[in-house]
Amino acid sequence: MTLTLSKNIDDQDAAYAALIGAHQGLSEAQSIALNARLLLILCNQIGDMDIIKQAIQLASKDN
Amino acid sequence: MAFDYKPFDYVSPPGLHSAEPRHPVVIVGAGPIGLAAALELANHGVPSVVLDDNNVVSVGSRAICWSKRSLEILDRIGIGEACVAKGVTWKVGRTHHRAQEIFNFDLLPEAGHKMPAFINLQQYHVEQMLVERCIESPFVELRFKNKVVAIEQCDTEATITIETPEGTYSLSAEYLLACDGARSPLRAMMALDFEGELFEERFLIADIEMEGEFPSERWFWFEPDFHNGQSALLHKQPDNIYRIDLQLGWDADPEKESDPKRIIPRIEKVIGHSDFKLDWTSIYTFQCRRLSRFVHDRVIFVGDSAHIVSPFGARGGNGGLQDVDALGWRFAAVVQGRASPPLLEQYNTERTFGADENLLNSSRATRFMSPSAGAERWFRDATLALASHADFARPMVNSGRLSIPCIYPLTAPDVSMMPTQTRPGATAIDAPIEDGWLLNRLGGQMLVLVIGCKAPEGITLPVLTLEPTPEISARYLGDAAYGIYLVRPDQVIAARWQDIEAQAIQEQANAIWEGRA
Repeated sequence: MTLTLSKNIDDQDAAYAALIGAHQGLSEAQSIALNARLLLILCNQIGDMDIIKQAIQLASKDN
Repeated sequence: MAFDYKPFDYVSPPGLHSAEPRHPVVIVGAGPIGLAAALELANHGVPSVVLDDNNVVSVGSRAICWSKRSLEILDRIGIGEACVAKGVTWKVGRTHHRAQEIFNFDLLPEAGHKMPAFINLQQYHVEQMLVERCIESPFVELRFKNKVVAIEQCDTEATITIETPEGTYSLSAEYLLACDGARSPLRAMMALDFEGELFEERFLIADIEMEGEFPSERWFWFEPDFHNGQSALLHKQPDNIYRIDLQLGWDADPEKESDPKRIIPRIEKVIGHSDFKLDWTSIYTFQCRRLSRFVHDRVIFVGDSAHIVSPFGARGGNGGLQDVDALGWRFAAVVQGRASPPLLEQYNTERTFGADENLLNSSRATRFMSPSAGAERWFRDATLALASHADFARPMVNSGRLSIPCIYPLTAPDVSMMPTQTRPGATAIDAPIEDGWLLNRLGGQMLVLVIGCKAPEGITLPVLTLEPTPEISARYLGDAAYGIYLVRPDQVIAARWQDIEAQAIQEQANAIWEGRA
């Protein structure tokens, strides 16, 4: 399996708004914790370790 | 070259000398929305008086991006073709992050439409054309230097007090259309709430005149090297005028930033030279707000007086023209006694829905462009960073989602194998037909569109019968071999069927006129 890089969400603006909306009113520490929980949930949803590794690699590119 | 402002004549209004009979409608505000409303009503045979406190067209280019739907509406009132001839046609937008183009869009990838996706044309040109058209119209009476200073209303009419250079008089009208702009004095006089969000951001907007070779595209930059981590927009207008928007940040001092000595070096950095003239500048902040209701008994709010949005997405002026589209036919039917006032409630329902879609899109774009510190900023920066490595992130980059008509949530007969883009609630899509263009033929009447079959026997509504050309099939039939559409006077699809009797179509049309559908 390879990581999906093409658009895979119909309404990307709504998804983006939901993400930043979830952070509204949180402190920085709370936001970081929320992101961490969210990532763990999404990794579990993906399930495929190969995909997760590729995603980590892509996300690490800009560090 | 800079616009040559020619003041319009003040004419002594009859009401100063003796009381005028009650008018069916007085329109307050001779901006693009008030003037377009007057001409739309004129198309339906409704005379109006248009008042404006000023006597020149818009100072500065202000609204410059006119959408395809706006051009179709302007075409119906006689200036669409002139706007396209004068304007700069564009359909491609390019979004950059730093020095790299990360995303581009083509707003009208297919042929077979009379009007382009967008044109850029200074608001003053559009207003000038509208004023000239109003002067030609026997239905429109323009009164410049007529400032409304008070309003009262009862069950049957609204009465306003008007100041002129010669003194004060009053007028009464069955209805008043408040087209008096974002700072609507009428809204203030009626003490109506304006609800929504204010954004803490300042932008510098500048029109410059230069002999340039920039393409007819919308260019947007996030964090360009030439503007210190902020965002910038460059857009071409006619007459060698270019619009430049520069994000300044909330801390910027508007007074200091208005000084040409500060503005000119900023612009030199954008375009890379100093061979230009400043034509007009303004510093603005954003609001995304609306009235909770647009219809207040005898006073109806239209355009910016009813809703204001941030400018990214061109949803202000275009949204206002869509208000005019939704109001005109209903309003004419009510004042001419062909329908009862509840029909106006449908204007309120549909345009508050349309305004909410515009507000949602505008505030999302604003949040992306001007994120608050913390998570909003992290996600914004992450999206921009990913955009250079991953396709999916590119369309997430939001520099404004450009105005398209909303699809009204109608409950009406539909055929599932026909295209979703022309489902009930959507605006009819143009297509070439034998003797011109579909939208021109639809005009401003309730009409039955019959495609690839015979009109039902005994139909009394106007009928347009079309052969299923490739464009008509793709846009109106989809997987169906034939079909029948009921189209409203604002060219919104009201219902569609395959096999249907004249009686049922008539009943659907009646339901619309009675404000039940």
